[in-house]
Amino acid sequence: MTEEKHVLSILVENQPGVLSRISGLFGGRGYNIDSLCVAETTEPNVSRVTIVTTGSKQIIEQIIKQLHKLINVIKVIELTGTEFVQREMALIKVKAKPEHRAEILRMVDIFRCKIIDVGLEHYIIEITGDEDKLSAILSLLKPLGIKEIAKTGFIALSREPKVV
Amino acid sequence: MKLTGAQILMEMLKEEGVKTIFGFPGGAVIDIYDELAKTDIHHVLVRHEQGAVHAADGYARASGGVGVVLVTSGPGATNTVTGIASAYMDSIPIVIFTGQVPTQLIGNDAFQEVDIVGITRPCTKHNYLVKDTNDLARIVKEAFYIAQSGRPGPVLVDIPKNVAATRIDYKPPKKIQLRSYNPTYKPNMRQLSKAVSLIKDAKKPVIFAGGGVVLAKASKELTEFARKIKTPLTGSLMGLGAFPGTDPLWLGMIGMHGTYRANMSTGACDLLIGIGVRFDDRVTGKTDEFASQAKIIHIDIDPTSIQKNIPVTVPIVGDCKATLELLNKLLDKEDLGDLNEKRKQWLDQIEEWKSTNPLAYVQKDIIKPQFVVEKLYELTKGKAIITTEVGQNQMWAAQYYHFDKPNHFITSGGLGVMGFGLPAAIGAQLACPKKLVVDIAGDGSIQMNIQEMATAAQCGLPVKVVILNNGYLGMVRQWQELFYEKRYSQTCMEYAPDFVKLAEAYGAVGLRATKPEEVEKVLKKGLSIPKAVIMDFVVEKEECVYPMVPAGAPITKMLLV
Repeated sequence: MTEEKHVLSILVENQPGVLSRISGLFGGRGYNIDSLCVAETTEPNVSRVTIVTTGSKQIIEQIIKQLHKLINVIKVIELTGTEFVQREMALIKVKAKPEHRAEILRMVDIFRCKIIDVGLEHYIIEITGDEDKLSAILSLLKPLGIKEIAKTGFIALSREPKVV
Repeated sequence: MKLTGAQILMEMLKEEGVKTIFGFPGGAVIDIYDELAKTDIHHVLVRHEQGAVHAADGYARASGGVGVVLVTSGPGATNTVTGIASAYMDSIPIVIFTGQVPTQLIGNDAFQEVDIVGITRPCTKHNYLVKDTNDLARIVKEAFYIAQSGRPGPVLVDIPKNVAATRIDYKPPKKIQLRSYNPTYKPNMRQLSKAVSLIKDAKKPVIFAGGGVVLAKASKELTEFARKIKTPLTGSLMGLGAFPGTDPLWLGMIGMHGTYRANMSTGACDLLIGIGVRFDDRVTGKTDEFASQAKIIHIDIDPTSIQKNIPVTVPIVGDCKATLELLNKLLDKEDLGDLNEKRKQWLDQIEEWKSTNPLAYVQKDIIKPQFVVEKLYELTKGKAIITTEVGQNQMWAAQYYHFDKPNHFITSGGLGVMGFGLPAAIGAQLACPKKLVVDIAGDGSIQMNIQEMATAAQCGLPVKVVILNNGYLGMVRQWQELFYEKRYSQTCMEYAPDFVKLAEAYGAVGLRATKPEEVEKVLKKGLSIPKAVIMDFVVEKEECVYPMVPAGAPITKMLLV
C-alpha cells in the first residue's frame, strides 16, 4: 500500500505524561513521527498536539483509533484530505561573509522573512512558511553555508468555519 | 471529616464494594496497610507480587467483577508488570495500587523508587500518579470506572507515602466526568441492518466468538443468536465457554491448535461473524488466506480491534451484549426461510470434517497427557473452573476439557504467562469458594510461581494442581522437534523437585500416577480431598499437541496426528 504524509491535530488534556503516552504509542507500535508540535490552547487545561506522520491508509486509521483510545485524548482530527493551513517556523544561522551579505538580504526580502540576529560572521534568519517555502530558502542558502538550523515542526489548523 | 490518604483509600474501596485484595506490604504502603487492618476487607498475602496480579486476574474472571492489588514501591511495583501486561492483553479489569516514595523524593533515585507509571504506561488501560491527597478519591473512583467500562483492562494508581499519610478534609467524590472517555456500547443501526442482510444471504456462515463475549456477559444472547440463524461456532482460546462446548453447533477452538473442523470451516465459509475477538496471529495464521472466501462481520467494543489485522466487510463497534440483543430482535422480524434445509449441505460438510480428523492421540502403556485431561473432564462432569499454565498443558486443557459455561476457563491468552495458573486458581477459588478449581499445569511452568502454594495453605484454599509432567518445556520442545530437527536446546528440565514431597512441604497433599490405570484413582482421590493437592502425572515425554498450524501458514494447512 502507498505511504502518505498525514497531518493529525489532537486535542489532549493538559496533564503530565500525556505527551509520553502519545510518543510511547507511536514508538511501541512502530508508527512514524515526522514532526510533533505541542502547546496550550485558549483553554489552559487543553493542549493541541500536531503530528505529521507517514503511513498507509490502514496504518493511519489505526493511529487515529489508537490515539482516541488514550484516556487523556479528547479529539483527533485528520486534516489531510480537508481544507487546512499549515506552517512551520525555522531559525537559520547562515554564514555571512561580506561579499554575500547583500545577496542574503535580498533573499530575506524575497521570502519575506526577517533577520533577527547579526554577528561578525553570521546572520540568524527567522522564516515562517509551508514545507515548499522552507525547503526553497534552505536550498538557496545552502551554497553560502548554513551553520545551524532549528525548526519548530508543523502546526496546522482546519479552514472549516466550525471550531474543531 | 478529616481523613488521611490511607483512610480515604479504605473509604473508596468500601464504596466500590471491594471484599478481597491481593497484595504484599512494604515501606511505602505501610500507612495503607495500617488502615487496611482496621477494615473487613480480606487481604490475601501472596508470596510474590506477580502472584498477586494473576490471583486478582483469576478472581476477576471467575467472579465477573474487578480484581484489586496492593503492593509497595520499587521491586513490589516492578514485580507486578508481567501480571499487568497479561491482564491488559486479555482485557481483564484489575485496579493495582502501588506505593511510591514521598513526592519530595520522586526523581531522586530514592530507596525503592521506580517510575512505575512510566514503566506500565504501555501495558495498562490507564494509570495515575497521585501527587495530592485531595485528588486521591476522585482518581480511585475513575480507576475503578475505567478498569471495568468499555473494553476492560488494568488501571494502576501510584500513591506516594506522604500522599497516603497526609490528613485532609475529605469530601466524597462526585459523579465521574471524563470528557475524553466515552466507550461506545450501542451499535450503529445502519451497520446492524447491513449485517442482517449478509446473514440472510449467507449459505455457509460461521460464528467466531471471543473473550469479549465472556467479558460482556453475553453468552445467553450469543447462544440465542447462533441457534436462531442455525450457524456453527468456533471460539478463540479466550472465548471458550462463551457457547456450550457440548452443543452440536460447537466446532471447537480455532487457530494454531484449533480443531480440524473449526479451521476448515473458517477456510471455507462465505460469512464469518467475529464477536468480541481481535483476530490475533495465533487465530488467523497467514492473514491473506484467512477466511478468504468470506465476507466478515466484526463486532467489538474496541474500534482499534477492527480492521487492525483483517479487512472487514461490516465493522460494528459496540458492546457484544447490546449488539447481539439488537441483532436478535432484528432477526426475529426477518423471514430466514427453512434454515434446516438451507444449512443442511454446510452442516453435513462440517460433520464430515469432524469425523475425518477428530481430536485424537495414540493410547499406549504410558500416560498420555490428553488422557489425564479427558479423565478430569469426565470426573468433574465439566463443571470445574480450570486455570492453566502456558504451553502444551494449556492447549490440551483447551482441547479436551469442554466448557459449557463462561468464566470457567481462566488462562493467560494474549501474553502467555508461564506461572499464571496457580495464582489464578487461588483467585478463582476465593471468588467461588464452593467450586472445584483445578490448575492444569506443566512441570516447567508450575515452578514459575510455585511459592503461591504457601498462599493457598495460609488461606486454606482447596485448589487442585494437575501437573502433566513430561520433563520438558514441552511446547518449545515440540517446535524444536518439528521445525529445528530435534535440537532440544535448553528445553529438557534435567532436574525437577519431587512434586509430591514439595506439596507436603507446603502443607498440601501430594499424589503421583505413573501408569494409565492409576490416573482415574489419583484424580478421584485428589479431587475429593478438601485441601490443596498437587497431582503429579508422569506422562509421555515427547507428546505433541495436534492439530498444529506452523507459524505463518494458513490455518487450513494443519499438521495432524
